[in-house]
Amino acid sequence: MSCTKSTASLKINSERCAGCGMCRSVCPHAVIAIENNKAVVRRLDSCMECGACRMNCPFGAIDVKAGVGCASAIFRGMITGRQPTCGCSCDSGPEACC
Amino acid sequence: MTETFIMGEASTAAGPIPIVGTRLRAADHLGTVSVRLGFRRMNYRVTPGLYAVGHPDGDSPVLVSANYKLSFDALRKELQGIDAWILVLDTKGVNVWCSAGKGTFSDKEIVKRIRATQLADVVRHRTVIVPQLGAPGVAAHKVREHAGFKVEYGPVRARDLRAYLKSGMRATPDMRRVHFPLVERLKLIPMEVRYAMKFAVPLAIGLGVIFMMARGPAAWRDLPWQILPALAAFIIGAAVVPALLPWIPFRSFIMKGAALGIIWTGAILAVYGGGWLWTLGNLLLIPAIAAFFSLTFTGSTTYTSPSGVNEEIRLYARPMGISAVGGLVLIIISFFAN
Repeated sequence: MSCTKSTASLKINSERCAGCGMCRSVCPHAVIAIENNKAVVRRLDSCMECGACRMNCPFGAIDVKAGVGCASAIFRGMITGRQPTCGCSCDSGPEACC
Repeated sequence: MTETFIMGEASTAAGPIPIVGTRLRAADHLGTVSVRLGFRRMNYRVTPGLYAVGHPDGDSPVLVSANYKLSFDALRKELQGIDAWILVLDTKGVNVWCSAGKGTFSDKEIVKRIRATQLADVVRHRTVIVPQLGAPGVAAHKVREHAGFKVEYGPVRARDLRAYLKSGMRATPDMRRVHFPLVERLKLIPMEVRYAMKFAVPLAIGLGVIFMMARGPAAWRDLPWQILPALAAFIIGAAVVPALLPWIPFRSFIMKGAALGIIWTGAILAVYGGGWLWTLGNLLLIPAIAAFFSLTFTGSTTYTSPSGVNEEIRLYARPMGISAVGGLVLIIISFFAN
């Protein structure tokens, strides 16, 4: 199951990649495989841009425009002009949340 | 919160640590049902800190969790007969995946909580097991750098923890994959419906009032036909599409909703004739409503990407809006037309 075809922004810089496999471990949709000691994008259609791989790459070899795949958040971001985030901005008080 | 899940205390070098039960009680189940229906949902929390399960010692594993009580319960109920420590982060009462996306479930918070609980005095090893879905917020290498603890990513689902621990912290490929089965989707539907009703009820009342004003009291028998088709469109978007998600053709959520909306409108038109203006109006309004509320479900799925949702909005948001407004105008005109 995936939402749309190949719009995902995930890119791997194989020069920097050391093949440690951390990105493959954290990916919830098995997007990344390790081939010849390098991480490669195998199922880009399934990438949900959660950013787990980039966050956990010790070599800064992964680039992905991470964010929330949530229409309400994106609409809200368009209206407020801010970066889309989950509506649950719970710092503003427990009952002010979604 | 009355913390009925605390069963006793374990004494450690860092002081007494509360021992939590692994069996959920009636109060826990009641709490789960309430938050799923949207009551106290954003204030269903556990105090952050260190907890014990069973009779852990300095060699027992440390499992990191969020302080949303639903997450905490999902974890502890899988730990029957296991001796472990649970390190609860302060995620502002939000579950692991969402708080990781928001940055509250983070390497910084893990480091802070390891220090605050003096975890290094409680356990001899230097490993914490973080749920894999926390990874979008956690840079494992930074936890090691700043707190001296190695992060091992555990399975996505707490129910796989037993097998994961037994195999010496090895997750199978399936333990690393997120699924989104029917039962998980069904749990989310009450909140979707609640959200949709905020829009559905005013629209239904508005349509009903305009209809009765236009046609007079004698037309009350026709009233349900003016309101129910549109009300059902909200239910299609908020409940039917989420339930049937993988079985409806199209990858796009808007198309899934619009398709079911068109089928539903067809069914209405087969049994009720309301004139061509009314027919056209409903054909425009109902699929647009169903499509919009299907699209909002992207916020609850486990697989939609921001670039994908952006693309859907870019392609379809305008036609959907025009269709909804145009349809509504035509329906209202039809009330006065005949």
